[in-house]
Amino acid sequence: MAEKINITINDKPYKVDDGLTIMQAADHCGYHIPRLCYHPELSIEGACRVCIVQVEGVKNFVASCCYPASDGMKVYTNTKELRQARRDIVELLLDNHPEDCHTCERDGNCELQRLAYAMGIRKMHFSGERKHYEIDISSPSVVRDPEKCILCGRCVRMCQEIQGINAIGYAHRGFNTVVTPAYNMPFGESVCSHCGQCINVCPTAAFTETNYTQELFEKLNDKSFTTVVQIAPAVRAAIGEAFDLELGRNMEHETAAALRRLGFDYVFDTQFSADLTIMEEGSEFLERFQSGGKLPMITSCCPAWINTLEIFYPDMLANVSTCKSPMSMMSNIVKTFFAQKKKLDPEKIYSVAVMPCTAKKCESVRPEHYIKGLRSTDIVITTRELAWMIKSAGIDFVNIKGEAFDKPLGMSSGAGTIFGVTGGVMEAALRTAYELYTGETLIEIELEETRGFKGIKEGIIEIDGKHLNIAVAHGLGNAHRLMDEVRKDPGKYHFIEIMACPGGCIGGGGQPYPCVNSEPLDEVCLGKRAEALYGNDRKNTIRRSHENPEIQRLYREFLQKPLSEKSHELLHTHYSPKEPKGIIHNQGVIKV
Amino acid sequence: MQTIEAGKIEELREFIATILKSDYGDSNLISVLHKTQELFGYLPREVMDEIAQRMSLPTAHIWGVATFYHYFNLTAPGKYVISICLGTACYVKGAAEILTVIEQELGIKVGETTEDKLFSLQPARCLGACGLAPVVMINDKIYGDLTTVKIKKLIMDFRKSEQHK
Repeated sequence: MAEKINITINDKPYKVDDGLTIMQAADHCGYHIPRLCYHPELSIEGACRVCIVQVEGVKNFVASCCYPASDGMKVYTNTKELRQARRDIVELLLDNHPEDCHTCERDGNCELQRLAYAMGIRKMHFSGERKHYEIDISSPSVVRDPEKCILCGRCVRMCQEIQGINAIGYAHRGFNTVVTPAYNMPFGESVCSHCGQCINVCPTAAFTETNYTQELFEKLNDKSFTTVVQIAPAVRAAIGEAFDLELGRNMEHETAAALRRLGFDYVFDTQFSADLTIMEEGSEFLERFQSGGKLPMITSCCPAWINTLEIFYPDMLANVSTCKSPMSMMSNIVKTFFAQKKKLDPEKIYSVAVMPCTAKKCESVRPEHYIKGLRSTDIVITTRELAWMIKSAGIDFVNIKGEAFDKPLGMSSGAGTIFGVTGGVMEAALRTAYELYTGETLIEIELEETRGFKGIKEGIIEIDGKHLNIAVAHGLGNAHRLMDEVRKDPGKYHFIEIMACPGGCIGGGGQPYPCVNSEPLDEVCLGKRAEALYGNDRKNTIRRSHENPEIQRLYREFLQKPLSEKSHELLHTHYSPKEPKGIIHNQGVIKV
Repeated sequence: MQTIEAGKIEELREFIATILKSDYGDSNLISVLHKTQELFGYLPREVMDEIAQRMSLPTAHIWGVATFYHYFNLTAPGKYVISICLGTACYVKGAAEILTVIEQELGIKVGETTEDKLFSLQPARCLGACGLAPVVMINDKIYGDLTTVKIKKLIMDFRKSEQHK
């Protein structure tokens, strides 16, 4: 246990652990010192100066985020001088910021806006030079608007420390400082993985997703198209937060009901195609395992991981499963099997995916995912975009009565549900692979080894007397560490799951903005979202992908068997090295 | 670039290899960038990519350092680099007027290069030739006691010498 020290905050005595900063100590004593560049999971920058406090005996105001608390220290957090100084600091930030709050994507959900309100800025006193930059829309996933950037550096630290991608950094100096990709190149041409975590940590709208909602509204009104939508597992675990509902409330059926009210003709569930992925991926793994194929086999569901693979690990392409992601599998089945069943022209089907993810937008435009020249997923929107559409269309999401998904592509097992949490794909795959391999039913189906938020999880699973070494990484920084291990000792693992976002898809770059009392990467929030999915799995009477009767029917009527010629044509893909080549530096280590 | 500058690239590679042997080798980025500018006259993007690979430093990081320091050129300098002294002595002796004339004659501002890649213009803070103020340095040579007429002629002479080649 840490030693205790005595400090005085605003003339009241407190006992706190030794070794804390003033800000952390104050947090424990019930004072939330205003802050902007600080983030508990990232290194301390001390850039914004919003968190200044007065310390008796120290001449200047000090930034509480990076000033250690010490025994006998007398701290003041809310004096007249401090309030004035803090107000000026925030006002100076606002002075070099576009005054377009009412037309901004983050209106009502912006930390700068909240801070300006809390500091009591009701009138602007300064008017100085303002920076001007073009909006960068070169990426299919993430829009960069440097004019809205306040240089807090959270995105830079996120990309560097947690994700280990280093797609962005500070360039130039002083007033001209800007957060930009190397060589000021278009964001879409950089080493960006499209994970969207920069959006999650940005306090303003300097990073946002490429927004496709207007295009989608138009298509929903175009009656010449049959509109089909799928929602990913993690969407239902978080969308409620955008409507101020409690963390971790599963809104599966409410979301299905809202999608129908938005005008979709068919509402399907990505969990169905997650089951399909398990059939293919589980079989692929067993084939590699039994016939001496390339191991370790690494999962391929996560598009930000696939981007990272092609940019950073061109030497390991053969290790990654050839399975497409559940999203692309669903879209392909919709435009083939489902179109045939319903006698629809695939060109007149508009396939929409609601994902917790920005990188899925990038995946959907990859030419490898086209079927016979036709785009398989026509549009991808994030959880945030769907929440906005629901609000914009005037649908009473909070009080809506839940509805079931449509058949046949709406039925799923519990294994499909847990895809949305780190470790879930591994757990789901093993539930099926075990039975395919041994012919016996797995009794203990909840795998403790793959659950929880430890950065890299390892385990040994015994299948028919053989030991299977598995590993799970979430957050690309952890993926880098794990890949490093594999390069050093290629025989160490048999099967690896990688998810680019901390926590897996539940912590995706397209999830609702953090509400007032939670932060991105907040383990409590991630834990509740995870529990929403694990709870769904426990409730389901079918918990193994191969037991899903609609999956069995799809194979019987259409695909024949896993890894069949038809499966390979529709459900598998290939990877190729990408330029510019990524460079791994300062490998991020996630603390959650 | 690879064929013409192969010797220079090789020299830079050796320089990086030596530096990486020292403790905290990758913290010597600035000296590597200095060496690059010494060899190439500026920091070509391809060379920065090469440095990134060899030093395991992300390009975004290298770009940050390269743009932070005014010393580093990010575009190829002209054949003749004019450094105009704006130090105190030169300034009181009329450096501002000299600068205006140069800018008008070349059609560029400080920090830029002419389209024909013949001239670059950069500011200098005292070249240690205050007795000759106002002065400019063109490549390695000092030209002193300048007037607006003399500087015009100087630029014209450089242009003429190029035409005769």
